[in-house]
Amino acid sequence: MSKPEEEANGLLELGRSVVGRAIEAGADVAEAGAHSGSHLSVKVRMGEPELVEEAGSRALGLRVMLGQRVASTYTSDLSEAGQRTLIEDALELASLSESDEFAGPPERSDLSAKSQWKDLDTFDDSVSQISADDALDLSLRGERAAFDFDSRIANSEGASFTRARGVSALVTSGGFAGSDYGTYASIVVNPIADDEGGKKRSGYHWSASRHYVDLEDSQAVGEEAARRTIAQLGAKKLPTQELPVVFDKDAARSILGLFAGCILGGAIWRKSSYLVDRVGTRVASELVDIVDDPLLPKAPGSRAFDGEGLLSRRNVVVESGVLKGYLMDTYSARKLGQKSTGSASRSPSGGISPSSSNLILRASSQSRDELVADTKHGLYVTGMMGFGFNGVTGDFSRGASGFLIEDGKLSDPVSEVTISLNLDQLLQRIDAVADDLDHRTAVASPTFRVSSMTLAGS
Amino acid sequence: MTGRYHAPFAEHGSHTIDSDIANRLLKIALGKGGDYADLFFEYSVGGSYVYDEEILKSARRAVSMGLGVRVMKGDATGYAYCEDLSFDAMKQAAETAAQIAAGGRPIAPLAVSTRNTPSRYPVPIESLDVNGEAKRAILERADRAARASDARVIRVDASFSESVREILIANSLGHMARDRQPLIRFGVRVIAEVSGNRQSGSSGGGGRTGLEYFDGKTPEWHAEQAVQQALVMLDAREAPAGEMDVVLGPGDSGILLHEAVGHGLEADFNRKKTSNYSDRMGEEVASALCTVVDDASLQGSRGSINIDDEGQFPARSVLIEGGTLKGYMQDRHSADYFGTTPDGHGRRQSFRSHPMPRMTNTMLLGGQDEPEDVIRSVSRGVYAKKFGGGQVDISNGDFVFSLTEGYLIEGGKVTAPLKGVNLIGNGPDAMRKVVMLGHDFQVSDGIWTCGKEGQSVPVGVGCPTIKIASMTVGGTQMGAG
Repeated sequence: MSKPEEEANGLLELGRSVVGRAIEAGADVAEAGAHSGSHLSVKVRMGEPELVEEAGSRALGLRVMLGQRVASTYTSDLSEAGQRTLIEDALELASLSESDEFAGPPERSDLSAKSQWKDLDTFDDSVSQISADDALDLSLRGERAAFDFDSRIANSEGASFTRARGVSALVTSGGFAGSDYGTYASIVVNPIADDEGGKKRSGYHWSASRHYVDLEDSQAVGEEAARRTIAQLGAKKLPTQELPVVFDKDAARSILGLFAGCILGGAIWRKSSYLVDRVGTRVASELVDIVDDPLLPKAPGSRAFDGEGLLSRRNVVVESGVLKGYLMDTYSARKLGQKSTGSASRSPSGGISPSSSNLILRASSQSRDELVADTKHGLYVTGMMGFGFNGVTGDFSRGASGFLIEDGKLSDPVSEVTISLNLDQLLQRIDAVADDLDHRTAVASPTFRVSSMTLAGS
Repeated sequence: MTGRYHAPFAEHGSHTIDSDIANRLLKIALGKGGDYADLFFEYSVGGSYVYDEEILKSARRAVSMGLGVRVMKGDATGYAYCEDLSFDAMKQAAETAAQIAAGGRPIAPLAVSTRNTPSRYPVPIESLDVNGEAKRAILERADRAARASDARVIRVDASFSESVREILIANSLGHMARDRQPLIRFGVRVIAEVSGNRQSGSSGGGGRTGLEYFDGKTPEWHAEQAVQQALVMLDAREAPAGEMDVVLGPGDSGILLHEAVGHGLEADFNRKKTSNYSDRMGEEVASALCTVVDDASLQGSRGSINIDDEGQFPARSVLIEGGTLKGYMQDRHSADYFGTTPDGHGRRQSFRSHPMPRMTNTMLLGGQDEPEDVIRSVSRGVYAKKFGGGQVDISNGDFVFSLTEGYLIEGGKVTAPLKGVNLIGNGPDAMRKVVMLGHDFQVSDGIWTCGKEGQSVPVGVGCPTIKIASMTVGGTQMGAG
């Protein structure tokens, strides 16, 4: 496998060539994103290999402007004919688009340069060295650990290991050229236990990291997966009631993910967020601090520059419960009369929109166990289901599973209930935050408690 | 050949794949001792247009092309793909996939010959071949109609996407088949506002059709639907919480079948015995009123296919008949396990993914009841009209659906609109509580996309008006149930 620097140089060259040709063909602005990647995915089930998949791929995305008319194209066909179609289609589509007064690349003076980019330590060559046999061994060990953990683990959806490596380059006619590369490894184990009455309980646990050494031991992942599966045996509905709800860090992250979609400049100017006109006002309890930090070393959402070439920066979104600002790319910032926050994300197919990078709800000093011990009666949520969220209004209602909390202790498992409360109120009712934050995911939160929500059950 | 986009691997293409090349590649794929191999060539072109703030704001097009090679040895699958159709690249993919069977004794594939493909979506002119101006005009019509319809409408955006997917499959059993699958999807979304209270509404549709779709359902009609939904929601009240009767409207509610029943009947979960329907063939799994089918042959529907992504020919599969479990949806791997023939449910997102059992158009057939009688029979409950989506836990059948438009039923009448309602239940349990079925069966207009193990495929759903006696409604209003 070639060095990522060499691969990046090849992609930069491809990007420069396509941008040059698009400008020559009449584009006023041209921006090319070139990507290459490779991955290995294996899956085992019941102690036997089930899937080994291995491939590499390359793709090219182009965004052009004719005046202020915008279009974008994408191809996985990098042949000469494929590149010609990419450029011709882009120009044809741009001539069909209509002039948008806010469209345009960022100011040249806002673009970042190589000397400013931080090394975010997102690449680990040892990840790419893992062979299919190694990957199968890791997966088999993970699944076996789940079976060995408890005899009630009777079946399995399997265990999987995936490694991926990606290199990308961005070249714009506005004067930016930059490349980026990263690796990623993950393992997941998904055991199944038989419950009373013929029901099955499926549980899982996973670990993921940029560097191979940071990946949790597969045996530990398997054991934790088994522990979670067994704990759900005998889960029942609860009667409909209002009660305090503790979201474990996985469930809490999913709540934060809903909030993430409502702080993006695109949702704001489209008036598609309940947070329109809310900067400077209280949007969460004063225990809540939320930052978007693309500069965290080794984190999943880290990037030295954004999708338009602006220098990445740490943005404070919520401070002591008060909304400090939105995450914006150049376009949404212009629509809102503000400056980009360096939050542009460019999709492989060429479109640009603001996005969060590593969105993090700050941990406190209280342990998760202390937080639970401090809850007399409540619901401890470990999993949520469904898509019951309306960003325009903040209305939230989802299926939930987890445990009843009685006298400060986790007791009976619970499933098949829904929990509901408008997100605005939900965040304002956070009355405790724990210290168990980790950075497996780009949106990350510690466990937190909401003082009261409606649970619908029997 | 007419039209602008054609697969390079088609006849007269730049990289024509004939039976000779297919045979050579299959031989390499089985070279390490695999039991079975197939080649999946795919060329897909997609386009999208977004009309926003009264202009055509963005236009996009994407071309994706490649070959996926699969080799099976027992229950194990080796998979590799390439995006370059040079023989060397294809050979390398075949060699990589072959490794799954390392150490075995090679067997020769049978010589491939082409099978004829039925035609379930004869499209006079594919949307991609129509000039962009015509699509701009459709979006503009929707935008104008929505803006003109009510002063409370403060925002409108409309989008149109189109694609054509050409596939060629050859396998070591000697079969070769091809298909060309057009697809369009239109959507309009509005936001209405009254003194700071904002609500959104949307409407959309499409299928395996060309622009003639809009002769039946005009952009103006969709705009009106979206506006009405947003206006109704302006008056929505908090939903009740607890167990009560639920009436599901015709068409869109078929998403309930898809989640509550469909996924659990995909054969892979049953082969692995990880579904709550495993080992229950011939048992009562729903009320006697219920007959559920998965039918790939509906003319022009979003979920319809002429051939599946393993080159099999799907038809109409009966899953549940009169409440009794009759069949699973099979792909090749599962069919081998169950000792039956693959029935055309092997689908994949693209050449970058291996196939697995998937749904096409999943439907609960209509009954005898007058839809009005169904509603009249409920003293207090919820009427579900439009759904945002759903999710199921295959292992135990627990599911959740989110409504985008729902109403309270009081004294046998549909009354107040409700905010963000969720319905939660258990598949077999809910299906046993189906106590009335309307005679108003409808197929939902083409908007649904199904996700499974990270792969998305377009699907269709359909059903009549359905009454479920007691389901958990997830609202915020205590004691209102």
